[in-house]
Amino acid sequence: MSVKVRVPSALRKLTQGRSELEGKGGTVREVLDHVGRDNPELLARITEDGGEIRQFLNVFVNGTDIRYEKDLDTPVAEGDEVSIVPSIAGG
Amino acid sequence: MTEIQTKPATPDSLDTLRCRLCGEVTDAGPYHVCEHCFGPLEVGYDLESLRGTLTRELIRSRPTNLWRYRELLPIGTDPVGGHAVGWTPLLPAPRLGEALGIEDLWIKADSSNHPTQSFKDRVVAIALQRAHEFGIKVVGCASTGNLANSVAAQAAAAGLEAWIFIPEDLEPEKVTATGVHGARLVRIRGVYDDVNRLCAEVSDRFGWGIVNVNLRPYYAEGSKTVGFEIVEQLDWSLPANVVAPMAGGSLITKLGKSFREFGEVGLIDDGPKPRLFGTQAAGCAPIINALHEGESRVRPVREPKTIARSLAIGNPADGPFALQAMLDSGGWGEAVSDDEIVEGIRLLASLEGVFTETAGGVVVAGAARLAREGRFASDGPTVLCITGNGLKTPDAARSTFELGEPIEPRLSEVERLAEGM
Repeated sequence: MSVKVRVPSALRKLTQGRSELEGKGGTVREVLDHVGRDNPELLARITEDGGEIRQFLNVFVNGTDIRYEKDLDTPVAEGDEVSIVPSIAGG
Repeated sequence: MTEIQTKPATPDSLDTLRCRLCGEVTDAGPYHVCEHCFGPLEVGYDLESLRGTLTRELIRSRPTNLWRYRELLPIGTDPVGGHAVGWTPLLPAPRLGEALGIEDLWIKADSSNHPTQSFKDRVVAIALQRAHEFGIKVVGCASTGNLANSVAAQAAAAGLEAWIFIPEDLEPEKVTATGVHGARLVRIRGVYDDVNRLCAEVSDRFGWGIVNVNLRPYYAEGSKTVGFEIVEQLDWSLPANVVAPMAGGSLITKLGKSFREFGEVGLIDDGPKPRLFGTQAAGCAPIINALHEGESRVRPVREPKTIARSLAIGNPADGPFALQAMLDSGGWGEAVSDDEIVEGIRLLASLEGVFTETAGGVVVAGAARLAREGRFASDGPTVLCITGNGLKTPDAARSTFELGEPIEPRLSEVERLAEGM
């Protein structure tokens, strides 16, 4: 399953400036683990020690917050778009 | 793409951006998120250098707008706009106070702010000044309405292009009061949090100055001027209690910061600070839910359902900090139903002559609950922050009175009505 991962500008130093990465997997966790193989610093930065997403980062699959689905176990399908977005915005 | 200058000239007091979570320091550029932990970046000031130089006399000598506190605001050059923003009335509210059982009650009436009758005029004035300093030509926002009005109006006055992103179901009055200024109005199929997420990505992609995304550290500081003004208008004394509405949670957090900074620079005694009380609509109360359940993490509300659309942010960015502000100050918070909101609007209008939008109804109704619970300290004034004007949400108030049948233009008709009274 090939999925596009959008990287916010605050993290692009860790992806050689790339704003999009290609990930593979059946869940968000698998996709992030996959992109983390080539970008280990990225994975370390977006997750806490227990492997969960950091408090001030939100992850969306096709625009839906994964906290409304199954968090990191949210399934993804071919062509889906996973976005990593800092939560500090708005209001 | 707009070319952004990342290092405008800065005054001595505007120093750096500092992460509220990990303390990491960065230069004061157009960014809002810590690259290390994704915490919010906040403006740092050299407050020590202002002790003795930023005096009450100096502030009093300046025009009555928000720039009178400029040393405590994140601007690098003389303000180019916003010269009528702020210095809204602080009104004694004895009749409302009697009805709610609150002694020494006051209304901070940002419902009459210029140019768009809400407290958002303050934060936008700062953000657009900073946009000017960064050389940004296109600004924008994600908005539940009041911010849309203010960005559109102030961008028009500054000659900036504005892109305004709103949920598609916004009140028609707020849509009109935005579009009339010539802004590019983009309606999004979704709730505010969808709009907000999109704007975070837009800011990344286009390099525009989205006031509540990449200009947010500066924008948010504008909320402090509500607190500064309250203190100055109370003749340089602190209120005992302040009640604020909460959407993203920024205002209540910055109220706390304003009182601390006035103490730290010596404008007031650096003693106990006001209790901070937050209010939300029950149909979208993620911060109050966390408060009442004793949680430190704020669980988002996916589908807000309330007439208080200006507060309908299900995923509040400053939620954890708003919680902390209430608890650290000895305050509390309450959520109120739509019926209570309408009654709050009616009470404020019929007892004090101030017509507020739904967010103000939330504050009045929330204050009524907090008073019944005995939450307020009784050793000083209580201030309700009324953040928006009732003409923005007139439908919400329509049920508060009966409109009789029209009569013929004859005195006898009026006599008939008067007899019935």
